[in-house]
Amino acid sequence: MGERVKNQKTTEEIALGIRRRVFEHSMRNNGGYLSQACSAAEQLAWLYNEALNLGEPTMPMIPPPFGGVPAPGNDDYVTGAGYNGPFEPQYDRLFIAPAHYALVAYATLIETGRMAAEGLEMFNKDGSSVEMIGAEHSPGMEVHNGTLGIGLSTGAGLAYGRRLRGEPGEVCVFMSDGEVQEGQTWEAIQACAHHGIDNVWAIMDVNDQQCDGAMSSVMEVRDIATKMRAFGATVVEIDAHDLDAMRQAKKEPHEGQPLIILAHSSPTHGMSFLQKRFPRLHYVRFKSEQERDEMNVSIAKELGIDPVQFDTH
Amino acid sequence: MVEMVTRPYAGAFEKYALANKDVLCMSADLTSSCEIDGFRDRHPEQFMSMGMAEQNMMSFAGGLGLAGFRPFIHTFGVFTYRRPYDQLMASIAYPRRKVRIMGFLPGVTTPGGMTHQAIEDIAIMRAMPNMSILETGDATEVESLCEAADSIDGPVYCRVLRGSVPRLFDTPIKVGEMRELSQGDDVLVVTAGITTEEALRAKAALAGAGVSIRHLHLNTIKPFDSKRLLDHLQSVKHGVITLENHVINGGIGSLVAETIAEAGIEKKLVRLGLQDTYAHGGSRPYLMRYYGLDALALVRGIEGLMNIETNIDADDLDTVRVDAVHSSAKAEAL
Repeated sequence: MGERVKNQKTTEEIALGIRRRVFEHSMRNNGGYLSQACSAAEQLAWLYNEALNLGEPTMPMIPPPFGGVPAPGNDDYVTGAGYNGPFEPQYDRLFIAPAHYALVAYATLIETGRMAAEGLEMFNKDGSSVEMIGAEHSPGMEVHNGTLGIGLSTGAGLAYGRRLRGEPGEVCVFMSDGEVQEGQTWEAIQACAHHGIDNVWAIMDVNDQQCDGAMSSVMEVRDIATKMRAFGATVVEIDAHDLDAMRQAKKEPHEGQPLIILAHSSPTHGMSFLQKRFPRLHYVRFKSEQERDEMNVSIAKELGIDPVQFDTH
Repeated sequence: MVEMVTRPYAGAFEKYALANKDVLCMSADLTSSCEIDGFRDRHPEQFMSMGMAEQNMMSFAGGLGLAGFRPFIHTFGVFTYRRPYDQLMASIAYPRRKVRIMGFLPGVTTPGGMTHQAIEDIAIMRAMPNMSILETGDATEVESLCEAADSIDGPVYCRVLRGSVPRLFDTPIKVGEMRELSQGDDVLVVTAGITTEEALRAKAALAGAGVSIRHLHLNTIKPFDSKRLLDHLQSVKHGVITLENHVINGGIGSLVAETIAEAGIEKKLVRLGLQDTYAHGGSRPYLMRYYGLDALALVRGIEGLMNIETNIDADDLDTVRVDAVHSSAKAEAL
């Protein structure tokens, strides 16, 4: 089929593994970013397992503790980008623009053999680098993207710099649709088009969800594809859970323009029980022990695993 | 008569950038206003037009930094931090990217009014971890600015003078080193940027009135050599007066106040500058007189500090320079 498959697992298996890990973690920790795993599991699995040319991790399998912020004298400071491989000219670079997808991204690192499962046990623990909102020292992260909308600009700048240096590696930005409400996203697209930056590409999780609920109720953004094309991007729209469509989309020619794949996703894909919580899915907490138990049994069954055993406090 | 230098930044930047290929020139639609139009025309491969889109420009510059480049951002100072503050913090300051932010038209050097006047930029940048701050006070400092800024291991914000600029000094900026312009023992006067020229205008009149001034010019505002300042504070009898092209909160007046308080010394402090107010549009001499940033304001401040009358009035001060509003040294009347 012509695609590079570097991992022994299939991308489908990795996507399922991501959902299972995020589900188990959220059950044990009384909630979490469940819907982001539902919508984005295939996208992140595909990026790491097929689409990106990444080298072997340069960081230890078990993430080191927080090592301080960048500052004069903190000479040992490193970002979490080493989990994506070394900075070498031939390798691609990845930015996770919506940093609250960190839990899903960490699960992806584990499923693709880039981080030990113990890493997730450190999630959101004091003194850990495995932060709830991915920081630039968190596994798989290279910059702070917790302020939404800065990811594509950063990727574009790096891509332009890599082009000047003649590096063959590309820059990929994983985005979320809420970011199109930020003006900076449009500034970034127009700048890419103006300067012909075509070694940057993005896949956007279009799940129509944001913190307050459905995007259409918070701030209607209308037709994202039409707007992006008008600003100078090459846009392909796909079903976010259709891996063949994803593979095909990446092949779209986009000379002189950034490629943006709009991956229309379901925020409950693989965890149908969450439909009962629609449209408040940004961060799922359990309303009662009973709901937690029902969710545990129902989602575990759909994911093909046993319900999570956890301490009843 | 002081020598005037036309567009000192233009030639200095071109020379520096051509010798340093990892320097990239970025502009946000104020290319001729920032004296880099000639560079754009002669070296388009090293120039990037980013349009009126400062938020993207900041994060983009951060990305260029990741690729090992050292972008020099050119626009009016006020546009480098007010709108894109979040991007400046997250994409440049936090990760210590080697981005050199050239902020033109500091304080009241522009008749553009509130939207164009960077009057609190130093306070903002001082509060931002990892950010350094340089300010130019004459043509020699502008000419040596690129090399000084580019020597800093991290991001730096610079207040840049443009157009027709006086030459006051004959040695380049040394980062972290204040200039000691006179060594008197009555009052310590601390200035930076264009207020240094104002203090020099008052020098002869004050000497004639028997007031002995110790005058420091700051071109490096962060990092700051508090110990050196302390030595000077302890060498004067009557206290210290700061004169800044900035609001008095968070700028060099605050810097001196912090130094005094932390050292626990007893010295009176008078802070001259914009007194917690916005300015409006007008010529530089008018604004400096109106808001009390000029040589006469300094004289009155010293009188208050020493509790004396010098009988100096405006006619006793060296002549104020009045730049032509429409001049070939500037791209526009701004």
